[in-house]
Formats: sequence, structure tokens, C-alpha cells
Amino acid sequence: MSRVYSFPDPAGRFGPYGGRFVPETLVEPLRELEEAYFRLREDEGFREELNALLRDYAGRPTPLYYASRLTERLGGAKIYLKREDLAFTGAHKINNTLGQALLAKRMGKRRLVAETGAGQHGVATATVAALMGFECTVYMGAEDMERQAINVYRMRLLGAEVRRVEAGSRTLKDAINEALRDWATNVRDTHYLLGSAVGPHPYPLIVRDFQSVIGLEIRRQIMEREGRLPDVVVACVGGGSNAIGTFYPFIEDSEVRLVGVEAGGEGLETERHAASLVRGSPGILHGAYSYVLQDEHGQISATHSVSAGLDYPGVGPEHAYLKESGRAEYVAVEDRDALEAFITLTRLEGIMPALEPAHALAHVMKIAPAMRRDEIILLTLSGRGEKDLEIVRRALGGAF
Amino acid sequence: MRGIARAFRESLAKGRAAVIGFLTAGDPRPEYTLRYAEALVEGGVDILELGVPFSDPVADGVTIQASAQRALAAGMRLSDALKLSSEIKRSCQAPIVILSYLNPIFRMGYRRFFEEASSHGVDGVVVPDLPVEESAEFKEMAQSLGLATIFLASPTTSEARLDRVLKASTGFVYLVSLLGVTGVRREVSQEALKLLERVKARRERPYAAVGFGVSAPEHVAMLAKAGAEGVIVGSALVKIVEENLDDLEGCAQRLRSFASSLKGAARF
Repeated sequence: MSRVYSFPDPAGRFGPYGGRFVPETLVEPLRELEEAYFRLREDEGFREELNALLRDYAGRPTPLYYASRLTERLGGAKIYLKREDLAFTGAHKINNTLGQALLAKRMGKRRLVAETGAGQHGVATATVAALMGFECTVYMGAEDMERQAINVYRMRLLGAEVRRVEAGSRTLKDAINEALRDWATNVRDTHYLLGSAVGPHPYPLIVRDFQSVIGLEIRRQIMEREGRLPDVVVACVGGGSNAIGTFYPFIEDSEVRLVGVEAGGEGLETERHAASLVRGSPGILHGAYSYVLQDEHGQISATHSVSAGLDYPGVGPEHAYLKESGRAEYVAVEDRDALEAFITLTRLEGIMPALEPAHALAHVMKIAPAMRRDEIILLTLSGRGEKDLEIVRRALGGAF
Repeated sequence: MRGIARAFRESLAKGRAAVIGFLTAGDPRPEYTLRYAEALVEGGVDILELGVPFSDPVADGVTIQASAQRALAAGMRLSDALKLSSEIKRSCQAPIVILSYLNPIFRMGYRRFFEEASSHGVDGVVVPDLPVEESAEFKEMAQSLGLATIFLASPTTSEARLDRVLKASTGFVYLVSLLGVTGVRREVSQEALKLLERVKARRERPYAAVGFGVSAPEHVAMLAKAGAEGVIVGSALVKIVEENLDDLEGCAQRLRSFASSLKGAARF
């Protein structure tokens, strides 16, 4: 893997994965978006404007924190946390929404439409819409609106219209369907601000690039602290945006193991999980060829996870490629282990993680004890847990 | 595929646009669809478009989404829809076009899909989430088995891409009349007329049929007068099905009379 990694190719493919499988109305707008992005990413002014916002508005760089008490408790590898929970609005999502909103502004769009699962991307989109004066509509599954009610309120306070999606499984998948329909209807003045590394080309590329600030900062910070790269890098994977942003700057460093953690829900042997890479098969969903959870007839499966942000039957096409090429490995963690990891980090370090990265943390807790004390694990803590307190309270019953 | 061309030629010879009627296979029950298809053809539909229900129909509005949900709940899947096609073909004279999102076809495998479609007498295929750029293998296999590949053109399609879409389309080209998704609309958008004009300006092209939002005899009349060689009516028919879920014969009756009013309006 020391060769130069240059995906996606001009057709938007990562190996066989990716592409652009969308209704005809969206083909030309996607081409225009691709053109604008290729032009602007070389534009000095654009990059300076984005970097200034990431620094002064979003609070970047986020810290790299050595979790000494967690490390001690597990008794193995040193564990570092990349603190995306400290980024403005409480998760890594702001990195991408700032970038895409600037792009939309330069393209002359006046309205943003977005999907959201846990509500973090919706909040980050509503935030940049307020900042830059866009009209903003966010689609959210009815089930997610109930379990992430605080984020619904935040979006509305920020001036966004939150539209409830009652179709299908009433979660992230259905919110993306509705956002795509809205975009097709209003495409001339609207930018679809997709929040994960999924969807048709160029979205997986754009989201990866804007999220790569995570991995780039990690490289610099860990070199300063330890003088070397981590042995294992771990991130949670729903659609896969924080994971690809974390992994991408390490792809050519073959000595760094990359591990993505999916939602195992109530167990992989049940049908109530969302482990698209671990249990899914290749298929086409939301404009891309990637891994999906589907039945033998090609109907997309209903998924389950305690974490709304991981509750999605697809995954970004670059992860499908990284899995098949063997460059990254993917595992699944069940609801109850994620909840336990949430409590552990809260009690040992005083940090409440969102339930999404709590899955990645649970995996770290499994592998760290078997590693040497001079080895290093890097975990991207993609968001903070305040939004999940009600779910945690219900799940743990009267335990606290 | 020849059936499609013949249907267009015959309606054009009679001085009217071909009427293409859409039904979701299996909505609300698999055994109803044959009866509905017969009713549409009796009423004057020239080509039947049979929709395969899909869990995530991103090009469809609420009416067809709900219809797909009913059909899925009733157990209809791609292979069942193909079998249903041959039953319909045995009973009706009209050619059949299958409309399916790509994933069920991909999952079945392109080869098996086209072989089964061909053996069940399907004349053509529309895949709303397969743009020409991604269609090389699909198209080649369809052609080798004699099935028409009907691509869509939309108001956002550029001139250069319109050439590609027209070249790739056999049987007819499906002109999307508006920006957005399928569904009943009050009037025909100006976008539809502009797109139709752009297509008709080309010398070499397949027959042009307009769909999305074409919901009433007046819409059909307007499009036929504007030179559309075909009109595609979907949500308005599915709405009739939706409003008569428990009344097979009553529904068939209403479908037949609505189809006949569409046909009457299709005169140039």
C-alpha cells in the first residue's frame, strides 16, 4: 500500500464503488457541483476563507487528548482521543458544512437542504445557514425527531425549517430520500448539503476532503507528542464521514491499522443492526454503488441502532473500497457495549461521548488490553453526548 | 421492442399521441394488476408501463411511494412483476415497459433480468436512477436480447447530454416535464414545452413521450397539440387505485373510463 492513492477516478469511482446513479434531473447539477468544487479547492481566497472560519468560528484545531485514566484502566496501549466533540456545535459535522456552505455561496445558491439522523449534521447546517444567510430546510425521520428532540429544537432556534419524514423506517435513509426529492424540485437555487461521505459523485469526495482536516491535525499533533504515527486508528462508521476524514491522511502509511466500527444494534445474528460493511452486500443506494443492507430481492432493509447517526443501511463507497482492498478493517459493536463504553468514559475521564463514537470506544476497550504499553491507539471522538442523555437515561433505567 | 414502435406508428397514423399508462405491479394485491391492465387497454391505453415497487423510490412523489409500499406489503417483487408481465401480455394486445429502480435489477443480475424480461414478453425497460453515463453494460445486454432501453431527459439536461440520451434511447425517450418528482399536478409546466421543442428540433431521434405530472385529459390535449408523440400518465391512475382499494370491479371501471378520456384528448 505504499503506492500513491488517487481515488476517486474521474467517473467518481473508488475501484468499482461510487459513481452517480441518480435521476436525470440531478445529473447536470452534480456535474456543476463537481466543476465548482474542483475550481474552488485550488482557489487561494476560498481556502483562506474556509481556514479562517475553521479556526475562528469552529474552534479548530481541536485538541488531541491523552486519556491516561482510561489507558491505565485497560492496561495496554496508550489511548489518544481526537476531540471533535469540542468542535463548534458539538461534532465533526461543522467541518463539512462550513466548506459546502462556502461552496454553495460561490455557486450563487440561496437555499440549503440537508438530511439529518442524530441531528448533528442538521444543527451544523442550520448554523452555517444562519451564519451566511441561507434559507434552510432539514429533513429528519420521525423516529429520529423523537429520540433527538433537543437537536430539533436547536435547528428551529437557528431558523431552519425541520420537516418530519414519515416514510419507510422513518430514519436517516428516508430523510436522504426526501432531501433528494426536494433538491430535484428546487435544484436551480438550492444546494444539497449532504452530511455524510455517501451519495453520488462528487459528494463522497467533497465530504472526505472537508473532513480530512481531522486526520491532518491528528498527524501533526501525534508527531509533536509522540514523535511517531499511531499503531491503530479507530472511528465509528454510519455513512462514514468522520471515519474517512480520520483515515484518509493515513491511507498511504501502511504501518497504521485503520479500523471502522459499525452499529451492531441488538446483535448481528438478529436483523436489528446497521452493519452495512460487516453484514451487507454490494448494491446501489442514494446514488452510489457501495455496500448496503438489502434482502435477496434488492429491497433495502430496515436497520436498528441505539445511535441515530449510525442507523443507516448504506455506507460511503470509499469505505467499501478500503474494505475490499484490505486497507481498512470493519467491525461491529452492539448497543449495550456502546452504552457501557459511554459510562466508562464519563466516569473515568469526565467526557460524555455521543453514542456514535461510543461504539468506536467500545472496540478500543476490547483491543487495547491486548496491546503493548508502548503502542498507540487513536480514537476519533466524533461528537459529544448531550444529545443522547435521554436515550442513555431510558436505556439504563434506574441505574443512575 | 418492435411492439413499442408499432404502438406509436398506429396511434400517430390515427392522428393522436400514444397514451402510456402506469400501474404499480401488485398494488394493492398481485391478482388485481391484470384486471387493471386490461381495463386500461380496453379504455384506450396504447402502452402499459408496469412499475416494480422499491423501498426507496427517490424519483417518485407521495402517490407512487404509497403505492409501492402497498405492493411491497402484498409481496410483489421484481421476479413476480416479470411473471405478471407475461400474464398481461397473454390477455392484452399492448406492449409492456417495465419501470424499476436499479438495485432490484442489479441484485437479480443484469443477464438474468434481461433474459427473464425477454422470455416474459417485456418490450422495454425504464430505470429512473440509471443515467446514460452508467449504462454501458446494461444497454448492451438489453439490446442483445431485443429490449428497448428508454432513458429520461429532463429540463436540466444539457444540449450535449441530450444528444447522448436520445442516442441511447430506443422505443421512445421519456421526457420529464418538470423539476421534481412524479405526482398529480394542476397544469403542464412551461419546462415541458421547452424540452419537447428542444427534442423535436433534432432530426434523428426516438419518439418523444412526456411524463411526470401529466394527470388530466387537458394536459394530454395540450402536450399532443405541442407535438408530443406520447404521453405518460402515472400518479393520476395510481390515485384511482388508491381511492378504490377494496373495489376491484369499480376501480377497473374507473380506470377504463379515465383511460378513454385520455385517449380522446390525445388528438393532434
